[in-house]
Amino acid sequence: MKKLMVLIATIAAAGCSSSTVEKDYDAEVVRLINSDFKSKGSVQIEKFVQQDEVQKLCSQDGELSQDALASIRDSQMKTVKYPADDQYLGDWEKGIKIANNGKGGQFSDKPGSVSGGNCFGCHQITKEEVAFGTMGPSLYQYGKLRGNSKEIYQYTWAKIYNAQASIACSNMPRFGHAGILTEEQIKDLMALLLDPESPTNK
Amino acid sequence: MAKPMRIRAKLKGDHVEAKILIQHDMETGLRKGSDGAKIPAHFIKTLTVKYEDKVVLDTVMGIAVSKDPFLSFKFKGGEKGGKLTVTWVDNSGDTRTDTTAVK
Amino acid sequence: MRLIGQAILLALTMQLTVSAFADDAEDNDIYAEFLEDGNPAEFSEINGEELWKTKAGPNNVSLEQCDLGKGPGVVEGAYVELPRYFSDVNKVMDLEQRLIHCRMTLQGLTQEEATKQPFSKPGKASDIEPLVAYITAASKGMKMAVKLEHPMEKEAYEIGKKLFFHRAGSHDFGCVTCHSADNKRIRLQNLPNLLDKKQAQKVYATWPAYRLSQGEVRSMQHRLRSCIRQQRFPNPKYASDAITALTMYLAKSADGAVYAAPAIKR
Repeated sequence: MKKLMVLIATIAAAGCSSSTVEKDYDAEVVRLINSDFKSKGSVQIEKFVQQDEVQKLCSQDGELSQDALASIRDSQMKTVKYPADDQYLGDWEKGIKIANNGKGGQFSDKPGSVSGGNCFGCHQITKEEVAFGTMGPSLYQYGKLRGNSKEIYQYTWAKIYNAQASIACSNMPRFGHAGILTEEQIKDLMALLLDPESPTNK
Repeated sequence: MAKPMRIRAKLKGDHVEAKILIQHDMETGLRKGSDGAKIPAHFIKTLTVKYEDKVVLDTVMGIAVSKDPFLSFKFKGGEKGGKLTVTWVDNSGDTRTDTTAVK
Repeated sequence: MRLIGQAILLALTMQLTVSAFADDAEDNDIYAEFLEDGNPAEFSEINGEELWKTKAGPNNVSLEQCDLGKGPGVVEGAYVELPRYFSDVNKVMDLEQRLIHCRMTLQGLTQEEATKQPFSKPGKASDIEPLVAYITAASKGMKMAVKLEHPMEKEAYEIGKKLFFHRAGSHDFGCVTCHSADNKRIRLQNLPNLLDKKQAQKVYATWPAYRLSQGEVRSMQHRLRSCIRQQRFPNPKYASDAITALTMYLAKSADGAVYAAPAIKR
């Protein structure tokens, strides 16, 4: 309900600035996407056109209200599925490979190929990997600084699973929620961040 | 067919600065085309630059040099109007010579 | 006086350029200086001019009567005003759409023939890339001046802007994800903040570019297609209205920039 009100408020605000009838550009965008793109494998036009609530709200030019942001966080937190066996840490060595792999989900990728997390694309994680991006914060010494409590495990899991649950309109993909990474892959990334033996914490 | 080079040579104080831009595919022989077959090696093996009739640069090139190579070098003793001649020979025996005057 | 062959050989391999110079903006400037007069895009420009003037297609005519917006055959300054509205087709076109239009209407090619090879591949050269290099080079030194006068031009701009902010797909990405903050990078690649006028100007004014990593002059269509691929969006059709709309938004964002392409980039 709150979300709906935010949308209405935005539409009303837009209405104030333009006196004449404005063309529905959103409808034009949908029309163009449908006519000008090609679906292939898992990369389907429908997913591109039909934004979910988060994508829709986060596509606006301008800041969202605190209420809208909070409602995104709440709804997304509910999507987080923690590991059924209560085991949070996998193999950090496999985690490095996943963090290095930027493939998956592109129209150029082979359909059915395993997706990576491409974590190094945006984060510093280990000292060894020097070609890291700066879109997100440095995660070097992540576990060393935070310890190995269950709280930290769950917080970190939720962050990887659905980044929108902690920061609404975050740039980070919702790796678990969107099905980019499997539960096992997330465990391996958890180990990369939190295992005391992982180079992240050396 | 060998395509023309772009050569610029400029007198700067006591030396000439030469810049040579070459059009060549410089195929390594290791790349594969879209059909999966290897693209045959095709690269410049030697490049020689003469100022008037004296060699000022003699190079051996190989597959580590990129496509459309660019060379820049300096030499002493040149004068305005002097003739700079560049010649390359590739592994298929193809060759190209271009000339410019020092400015 | 003896001639001393003090040779400094710049064997620019791709590896070297990628690892050593892609680091930050300052290094990129040094790199640009290093390569002054060494941009192989020049050859593309020359080839493109030849293609422009060569009779081709079933009608056996050149493209010299092609109207890029400033009248038939006017190449100078055409690019800095593109995309623009063309009354003969009643739509907004970018450079590549217009080129295809000319190849079809003047030279008599089918759409399929005219768009057969938009991007060069190893062993298969594109006609379009050199033509783009030739036409864009003829706007060097001029100021970006896309007009938003016609209602359809305004519409293209608004749609392009919407597309820029459109987050979707498996990764929730959009153009805005990577291009709305300063001093960010992916791996070692700097990301321009396209919401910042200066950065938008600098980037737009240096495309198309000869890409050392690919050994070809790459057009705006190619650049945007690469971005869209990495956004996990579906493959855009070549020279489609959606890409033109996005280009319109970016071109307008770069308004006033002194055009300096084809440039040379990683």
